[in-house]
Amino acid sequence: MKLTPEEQAMLDGAAGWSTRKAMEILVTLGTIYGAERMVEVTSVQVAGVSYDNLGEAGLAFLAEMAEGGGRARVLTTLNPAGMDVEDWRPLGIDATFAANQQRVLEAFARMGVVTTCSCTPYLVGNLPRYGEHIAWAESSAVCYANSVLGARTNREGGPSALAAALTGRTPAYGYHLDENRRPEVTVQVNARLEENTDFGALGKVIGAKLEGRKVVPTIVGVERASLENLKSFCASIATYAGAALFHMPGITPEAERFSCPAETVAVSQDEIDAAARSLSDAEPGEVDLVSLGCPHLSLREVARIAELLEGKQVTKEFWITTARPTKQIADMMGYTQIIEAAGARIVADTCCVVAPIRGRFTALATDSAKACYYARAKNRFKTLFMPFDEVVAEALR
Amino acid sequence: MKLVGRKIYSGQAEGEALVTSMAISFFGGVDPETGVVVEHGHELEGQSISGRVLVFPTGKGSTVGSYTLYRLKRAGLAPVAIVNAECETITAVGCIIAEIPCVDRVPIERLRTGMHVRVDGERGVVETGAS
Repeated sequence: MKLTPEEQAMLDGAAGWSTRKAMEILVTLGTIYGAERMVEVTSVQVAGVSYDNLGEAGLAFLAEMAEGGGRARVLTTLNPAGMDVEDWRPLGIDATFAANQQRVLEAFARMGVVTTCSCTPYLVGNLPRYGEHIAWAESSAVCYANSVLGARTNREGGPSALAAALTGRTPAYGYHLDENRRPEVTVQVNARLEENTDFGALGKVIGAKLEGRKVVPTIVGVERASLENLKSFCASIATYAGAALFHMPGITPEAERFSCPAETVAVSQDEIDAAARSLSDAEPGEVDLVSLGCPHLSLREVARIAELLEGKQVTKEFWITTARPTKQIADMMGYTQIIEAAGARIVADTCCVVAPIRGRFTALATDSAKACYYARAKNRFKTLFMPFDEVVAEALR
Repeated sequence: MKLVGRKIYSGQAEGEALVTSMAISFFGGVDPETGVVVEHGHELEGQSISGRVLVFPTGKGSTVGSYTLYRLKRAGLAPVAIVNAECETITAVGCIIAEIPCVDRVPIERLRTGMHVRVDGERGVVETGAS
């Protein structure tokens, strides 16, 4: 790889041990994936934050990087942690886990990382613009940044994203390059999409149709999609198809740059309905955890939940998960008070996918196709997949 | 036998090869407390990777797997070197942060479990036989 003098100095250790380690990681990845040079990044999102995933090894590495003088050179935010950092006890988190989770966040804070723990950094101040090079981990946010915002990122892992934060660089390969953003297959949607669940089901159908092929799709036939619909869709297509980028004419900014590829895959209403049904394997009577907020809820969604819960009482554990800054606005607007008066919990910094709750519940009701996948695979829950308002109704039933 | 590949991480090491034709997931697939492969149905299930020159085609699974190599190294349980057909992010990052010599793009099908292997990460060379 061709490095600038500043990049070479970082690799030689002029900026300290941690920066050298970080540059070694980036140069090696650049070599493996055939990058010719580095690009400067303007924004980083780091994954590998929950102590449940990191373990003692990950924590030791982060502490060593902080100790070795590592400092973020660009705006850097974090993925969800394993608990609400300020209010973890009501979630059934034990004190040892909480102490370890705090040590993880302290290590990041020492490196100058903004410790908002969210999978939707683009809703809480880490919002890249069109064409910017960034280095993000968190598959749903990567897909949102590339597709909806038109920023440019590969699917980073925890350590490679941190390395980008400490150097302000990432190797120029993959989705940073024009030629790799070109669509390779057209997905023709012949179905009505309204709810987050419709978009989540579409992600699952596309995953099955592409059969593991890592191709960029152009998705035609979608007339309207809200921010919340796109947030759900990105989480689903990243989970079920491994997609990091799609185009949607009339909706995503880069779609107009390309014509539709000749290879076409059609998606019918029946296929969307079947995918939605396949995401439910629980009976309504089995649900003992209800959760909205995968990915983290927008302010509009939190406000809607408050509207639906006002003056009522939930009958089940109900986690409403969002980023802390969104919760702070909800506090200010009185939404939190309404939600808590109804017996539900508004939970910041974490979600039902990353919190250490394996085996604690029987069945989860949610509108998130991604949450269904991880509830089954990681937490051994059954799932009930239903539209947003119906999830709230399930909590009240 | 001398096989020439590509440097992933520098350093020299030698030891007994442990070879598999299956990809390895370090997160969930290897016990970080013992270095034993625990992935159900894996060719190496039940075998320890500690102290061996670990030879496998490529890594797979969660990127958190890099930290498993780091943890094994700190506990003195890591492989002494890694040889891949095609290295990917998880293994490469793991080798860099744990400082394990690593070489890829060598014909790993020519290596057998039990062979004595020397790895020169800087030169990207893997040699077998007595030194």
